[in-house]
Order: sequence, then C-alpha cells, then structure tokens
Amino acid sequence: MATTEPSAAPRPPDAGAAPLLEVDDLHVEFRTRDGVAKAVNGVSYTLSEGETLAVLGESGSGKSVTAQAIMGILDTPPGYVTGGAVRFRGQDLLQLPEEERRAYRGRSVAMIFQDALSSLNPVFPVGWQIAEMFRVHEGLSKKDARARTVDLMDQVRIPAARERVNDYPHQFSGGMRQRIMIAMSIALDPDVLIADEPTTALDVTVQAQIMNLLADLQRERNMGMILITHDLGVVADVADTIEVMYSGRIMEQASVHDIYGAPAHPYTEGLLRSIPRVDLKGQELSAIKGLPPNLSRIPEGCEFRPRCPYAQQICHDTRPPLLEIAPGRFSACHFAQEVLEGDFDNAEQ
Amino acid sequence: MNSGSTESNPRGAGLGGEVAAPGGTAVAEEDAAPATNGDPGPEKARSLAGDAWRDLRRNPVFLISSGIVLVLIVMAAFPSLFTNADPRYCNLQFSRQAPGDGSLLGYDLQGCDIYARTVYGARASILVGVFATVVVCVVGSLIGMFAGFYGRWVDALLSRFTDIFFAIPLLLGAIIVLATFPSGQGTAEWVTIAKVVLALGVLGWTSVTRIMRSTVIQVKQADYVQAARALGGGTRRILMRHVLPNAMAPVIVYATITLGVFIGVEATLSFLGIGLQPPVISWGIAINSAQDYVRQSPHMLLIPSAFLSVTVLAFIMLGDAVRDAFDPKLR
Amino acid sequence: MTSTTPSSDAVLDVQNLVKHFPLTTGIVFKRHVGSVQAVDGVSFELRKGETLGVVGESGCGKSTLAKLLMRLEEPTSGRVMYNGENIYDLRGKALREMRRKIQIVFQDPYSSLNPRMTVGDIVGEPYEIHPEAAPKGQRRAKVQELLDIVGLNPEHINRYPHQFSGGQRQRIGIARGLALRPDVIICDEPVSALDVSVQAQVVNLLESLQDEFGLSYIFIAHDLSVVRHISDRVAVMYLGRVAEIGSDAQIYEKPTHPYTQALLSAVPVPDPSVRGQRQQILLSGDVPSPASPPSGCRFRTRCWKATDLCAEQTPELVVRPGSDHESACHYADVREDVVVHH
Repeated sequence: MATTEPSAAPRPPDAGAAPLLEVDDLHVEFRTRDGVAKAVNGVSYTLSEGETLAVLGESGSGKSVTAQAIMGILDTPPGYVTGGAVRFRGQDLLQLPEEERRAYRGRSVAMIFQDALSSLNPVFPVGWQIAEMFRVHEGLSKKDARARTVDLMDQVRIPAARERVNDYPHQFSGGMRQRIMIAMSIALDPDVLIADEPTTALDVTVQAQIMNLLADLQRERNMGMILITHDLGVVADVADTIEVMYSGRIMEQASVHDIYGAPAHPYTEGLLRSIPRVDLKGQELSAIKGLPPNLSRIPEGCEFRPRCPYAQQICHDTRPPLLEIAPGRFSACHFAQEVLEGDFDNAEQ
Repeated sequence: MNSGSTESNPRGAGLGGEVAAPGGTAVAEEDAAPATNGDPGPEKARSLAGDAWRDLRRNPVFLISSGIVLVLIVMAAFPSLFTNADPRYCNLQFSRQAPGDGSLLGYDLQGCDIYARTVYGARASILVGVFATVVVCVVGSLIGMFAGFYGRWVDALLSRFTDIFFAIPLLLGAIIVLATFPSGQGTAEWVTIAKVVLALGVLGWTSVTRIMRSTVIQVKQADYVQAARALGGGTRRILMRHVLPNAMAPVIVYATITLGVFIGVEATLSFLGIGLQPPVISWGIAINSAQDYVRQSPHMLLIPSAFLSVTVLAFIMLGDAVRDAFDPKLR
Repeated sequence: MTSTTPSSDAVLDVQNLVKHFPLTTGIVFKRHVGSVQAVDGVSFELRKGETLGVVGESGCGKSTLAKLLMRLEEPTSGRVMYNGENIYDLRGKALREMRRKIQIVFQDPYSSLNPRMTVGDIVGEPYEIHPEAAPKGQRRAKVQELLDIVGLNPEHINRYPHQFSGGQRQRIGIARGLALRPDVIICDEPVSALDVSVQAQVVNLLESLQDEFGLSYIFIAHDLSVVRHISDRVAVMYLGRVAEIGSDAQIYEKPTHPYTQALLSAVPVPDPSVRGQRQQILLSGDVPSPASPPSGCRFRTRCWKATDLCAEQTPELVVRPGSDHESACHYADVREDVVVHH
C-alpha cells in the first residue's frame, strides 16, 4: 500500500530473514568544549531492498550524524557512538574491527554527499579517481579499470565519457561533478546507497536530472536508498517511507502517502503547513514558532514541547515514546491520534 | 560556535526572541538559553575575545606558557628581585667555576656570576623581541592592509615590493645590516639594541604583510562590509570598524610566535658576534663566550641556552594556544 | 531598449543594465582575454509598495544585479532611475540620500553581521553614518524599537551576533536595513540559508513590514514557491538576461518562455499523490558559462524549440501575440497540459 510505483520492492516476505539494513536504538553524542551535545538519541529504522527511505529534518536534527554513524565515518573525537547497533543483513557493523568494517564501506553501503566539489580530489583526473576504486577493491588492471570507468560514466549519463575521462574535477559543472560522485558510489555495486542532501547545492533543473538518475539507478540495481534531506518536495517525489527527525529522535515514521495525507505529529504538521501554497497567497504563512533546541540542553519531556501549539502538562512531564498508532504508522506524540484526526483544529485552547 | 552550525555541531546558542507571538516567550526563553556551561549571567555580553579568554583560562598549555612569560617580563623589568649578585662584578679567581659553593649556577670565563648574568640578560633579549615584533607588526599590517583593501595596482606594487624583501633571508639580511653598521664597546646600550631591532624589523615584516593582506581580502568581501558600504559608510569607517578588527587575530597570533623567534635570532646574531655587544648583557653573548669551553665547562653554555630555549618555547606555545582559542573553526 | 514608459508610481526604473567583468591573465602586465557577461541588458521597473521577485539559477546574474541596484558595483552601461535621477550619476549628498533610501538584506546571516560588534552597534550603525536621521540621545531607544519591530527582545541589544541563531541573525540584518526608513529593500536570497520552519517566520516578517512601512521589495531567490508567495510580479533571469516578466499568476500559470516552463516543471511538488503524473521537462546539460554565452538566444543550447533563427537573432523582451506579458522567446507560447494524466 505504501506506493504506487512498481519499482519499489515489497518488504521481504519471510520474517526470519535479516533485513537489508537495520538501525537499532542508535545513540551518538558530541563531546565539545561547550559540553556534551546529544545528536542522536535512540534512532531505529529498517531499510529493505529497493526501498527509498527518506530521513527528513532540519539542521541539528541528527539526520546526517545517523548516516555518518552507519557509514562509520563519524569524526571521533568529538563524535562518539554511545549505544545501539547498525546491522547489515544481520551483521552488526559497529562491533566489527576497523579493517573488517572497511570491507563493507563502498561494497555494501555507499554514500554520496552534498558537496561534490570538496569530495573529489582536485589534483587527479576524475577517471583516475573512479578507476582507483576498481584497482584497489577488485584488483583490475589499468586497462580493464579504465574500460569499466568509461562504462560507469556512461551509466550516470555524462556526455562524451570517453573524451572526458581524463578531465579534472574543476572542468566539470556542479551537476556533472555530482554524477561523478554517484558513479564512484555505485562503482562497487553496493546494496545500500545513502544520499546526504544530494541536490541541495544544485539548481532546480539540475536537481531534477540528478533525482531521476538516482531513481533509475536504484530501480536497475534494486538498491535500498536512504535519502537525507530537508526538502519536502523532493521527499514527496521519491520516498516510500519517511522518518521525520527532530532533536536527534524520530518523531514520526510512516509511508509517504500517510504522512502527506494526514500527519500524526505536530512537528510534521507544522513543517507541511509552512510550505507556501498557491491557494493561501496573500495570507500569512503558518510558521512553527521558536527555534530547534540546543542539543546540549534538550528540554525535559517532549523535545518539541516548547514549539508545540498543543502542548499540555503531560508533554512537560513525560517524553512520549515512538508508538505504533495505526498499522505501519508510528508517532512520538502523546496526542498523536488527535493530531491525526485534526481534533485540535476544531477545539484549540 | 561560529561554525556554520552543521549537523556535527551542537546548535549555536539561541536566545529566545524568535517567538513571533509575545505570549509563551517565557518558556521559549528558558529553553533556548545559551549553552555556556555553567557560565552565569545570560544577560552578560560575550565577545569572541571573551569566548577565547574562557577557553584559554582552562588550557594548561596557555597557563604554563603565560606563567613563564610573566616571570620573564618581571625578570626583565626588575632583575634585582631575582638575585642579589651584581652581574658586572666579576672576579677572575672564580673563572669557570662549576655550580656549587658561593654561587647558584657557577661562574663564567671572566668569573662573573652566571645566574645573575642570565637574569639580567633577560631584559636585552625581551626588549629586542618585543620591539622587533612591534615594528614588524605595525609596518607589516599597514602595508598588508592597504594592499589587500585597495587591490589593483596598489596591491600589485606593494606585493612586489614585499616579495623583494621576502626573498632576502632574515638572518642573512640582519648579518649584512649589522656588519655594515657595527656596534663597538663604546656604543651606548640602547643604540646597540635599537640596531638589532631595526635589523630584524627591516626584513621581518614581510610575513605579517602577507598574512594581513590575505585576511583583509577575505574580510572585505564579507557581507557586513558590503552592508556598511551600502549604508554609505566611508573608507575610514569601513577600515577601522569592520576590516581591521576582524583581520587582526591572525597577526596577533603570528606576533606571539614571532616574538620567540626574534629572541632566538637575536641570540644567534649575538653568538656570531655582530648582534648585541658587551657591555650589554644578553643570553646570546653569554652563549658566544661559552663556545670555546663547552667540553671543560658545559654549565657556561647550558644555563643561558636553557633560559633561551624555555623562553622561545614559552612564546611559541603561547602563540599556539592563542591561535587555537581564536580559531572559529574549532568552536 | 524594450523598456515600456515608466508608470508614474515606479520607484526604481532599471534601463538596459549591463555589467561585464573583465577577464585578465598575468599579474603585472594584465592582458584582457574576455569578459564574464554577468548582467547583459536588464530592464524592468519596481512600483511603489510592490514586491518584484527575481528568480533564476546560479550564474544567471541575480546577485550581480542586487549589487548594481545597491551601487556596490558600477555598471558597464545602463541606468537605474530613482526619483528621476540615475543613481550612477549621484555624488556627495545626493548619493548619501540615495543610500538611505535603498537598503539590502543579505543571504548569509553568518557573514552579514560584523562578529565584533554588538547588536546595538550593528543596528545603530546607520545612524552613525547618517547622524541627521536620529539625534544621538535617541539612538539607543530607536535601535531597541527596531529590535522589537523585527521580533527580537530589545534587551538583547548588548549581545553579539554569534549568540543568536540563523533566523534571529536574519532579523538583525532586517532591522539594520529598516533603520533609515528606506523606500526599497533588496532582499538577496534572504531565506535560502534558513531552516524550513524558520523560513516561514522570516517571510511573514518581511510581508508585515512591507504593509507597515510601505516598502518596495526586490526579492531575489531560487526557491520558486517562496517567490510566488511573496511576489506581485516575477522576473525570470537566465544567463544575465530577463527571459520573462509578468505578474505572479502570469508567470506561474501561463509561462510562455521555454526556460520558465522547464524551471517550473522541475520544482518538486510536496504532494506524493501527483507523483508520476507531472510531466517534467528535463533540460539537457548545464547552464553555459557567462564568459562565453551562446549567440542569439542564450537559452537555445538547452531549448527543445531552438531553430537557426534563435542562434542568429536575439529575441527581445516584448509582449508576444497570444500572451499578456513580456517574454524573450521567438516562439513564446503558453504550454498546455502542465499536468498530464497517464
């Protein structure tokens, strides 16, 4: 029911098989000079083959930190994983020694970043950088690696790949550089692709090209994809499942249609309402008041309480757990049912 | 805290007031108060320098190095606080006597008290270091600021001029200058010191110029400088209010490091016999006079060298600590 | 060249504005090797109390345009008429007067405030530069009033910028822009650097200030939905030229320039139920370099309608037959079926 797209494979039918990627109660904190910032506080989600899971959140919500922890590229210090597990087909990556873990990086789980220019080495031709993946990881000869590289550059639709293979990163435009990054990330045929704000630095028309490319590659290879973004438009276009993160925790988890149809958390509701809409032109945008919390001083009770229009005493006293409120729908709000049914709109205090 | 507030950083201090509706501000205020780790008084304004100071106070490297520097400054100003002996009272009968009875650290070739001479030597070394640094920073900053701010042909001219001086090695240049205008036994003490300061200053400013020029170029493109221009602010206001205060930090850091280096170069010049000259008392001179007796009386060399090394090290460590504290990328 | 006669209520009248940055090589003996045509013949007018949105992708010249309108850059040619005078001819007192009346809000809330000045000094600086605007004794009170207007706590006047969040800093920048009671505020991507939930707050603030003080805005942005929300009229820029200009409804509902159509179709819609039903025009390739723009129509290298005529003749920005607003395309045409149901 989650999607109308034929591309999305259903979740594995046999419950006994380990899921493709499972993040379980992950905790990450940053120990800085100004104290301990709790960036990720018990995040859990599961990704299946062919699924696109969008992690939606603002800066400081912990969405990128989670991805870094999955990849094992967290800057330590100051960042530390303080609890939880990241299981790839049942194997907990966090328990592996560094050498064994490296084997998973790129081959099983690969990642692309927002800033393609700084992710590419400016002093080597792009073809050389892609070919290195094959030489190092698969022991291919120079000639074979080069052939594979040209092939790969064709697959990410870089025009005249054969001629451009010896060009340097600065000779490519932003969109082309992001394609090269994508080529490098899929070079070893990973099962999971994490895309961290892949189009934020790009123009709208280029963004559309890149998102289409990613969707096609995912379909061809049946990869699981984690898309990290703050763009509600992009999410609506490609995601199957959405995790809404706030202050290091998942506030709501549901299929894309459920969430956009009727959000079950006041934060999600606020985000969706703050999008300018044609029919509301000339009116004030409905903004979420206040600021995201300081991660060194997360408020007691519900993290979103200080900004929540519906906050009650219980929100101050008890932090609401992420509970299943309907089949396949989870929300971390004491009043999830009321928000879902729009009760508050009728009876506002 | 100044960083772009990316995911990997805790959120910058928020201070309420974002709340559009006045109602409910109280709660938001309390929750969004700054993360100043137990630093009381949320109403107290904190500047970048204030932040840096808070960090420095807790940094052992800074505490140790600034402690040493403080002792050295007191030593330079009031050497008699540290010793009762007269550094100019020498008795050949004690020549090269090892540390022990009668003297804390022994006697040098002339039979002068090494401890007293080392204590009194701090003044010349630190004077040279401080004045050379001041000269270098003022000259270098001014040239660098104008080159960076005005750009175009002013920059081209000043930068090439700087390059010419930059090409001459500091020590070699200082040797040439001092060999051309030698000081003798009869030269007044302050003239000798001034000559060394100028010899170091004439060639030492180029690095400051380059640092200043590049930071000014960076700062002048900042939106707040554009905003001041858009308001109609004059060149002087823009330079003094906006550009200079934001471009000074790297130069200040460089200055502390350079101070240590200059003290070392002064010792080198004095060791070579062309820097400070007797009757000035300095560490370099002491090391120079000890060189022929290293095997027989190592203490003559080791004691002033140790003071020199600790001083240079203290200034460089201080510079390092200050740089880290002012580096917004580490916040 | 195509500027219509300015209506009487035009605050700014931009006439054929051109800015080419010379490209040089060599350090001492500079050689002129070409130029970046950042803005190349832009004309429009800004009417009193209206918001003109300027949209376009990176490299389209919208930021250079902002600097030109502020006279932070001198144009290669062209004029900007303000109160009947060309702002580039102004000197001395008249220039100072113009600086009071045209203000700017920058994109980056982190680099637009001097980190070594307190909020009070930053917002009060306009009064120091223009002492006639407020007597010395009243400045502090005026600054506090401004902070209150933009939704900040007036008691925070002694704080430093780094003690505020991005959205709050943007409010400080707005307060500074407002201090001299300007006629025009140029908003250069004022919400692009902010989080979604904070963007709406700042957009609301800008709108309420416009009503309160009768401001005219030039609102430069790449977020098409925000521009639509706030703008009365919209200009679409591509490679230094205006491709199409009209009211927000004309541009968003009946675009006639292929670039506008492609741009609008590429914007993701925050509604999963239309997924796969929107017909996207996927442009091939990237924006050409403004250092060597294509001849004739600058969009022709990516345009599906391009013919030889487009390479030979530059299309003028005029009202085309069958349309009610100006478009710089030889084949301007309202595209039907923006949403195609499969």
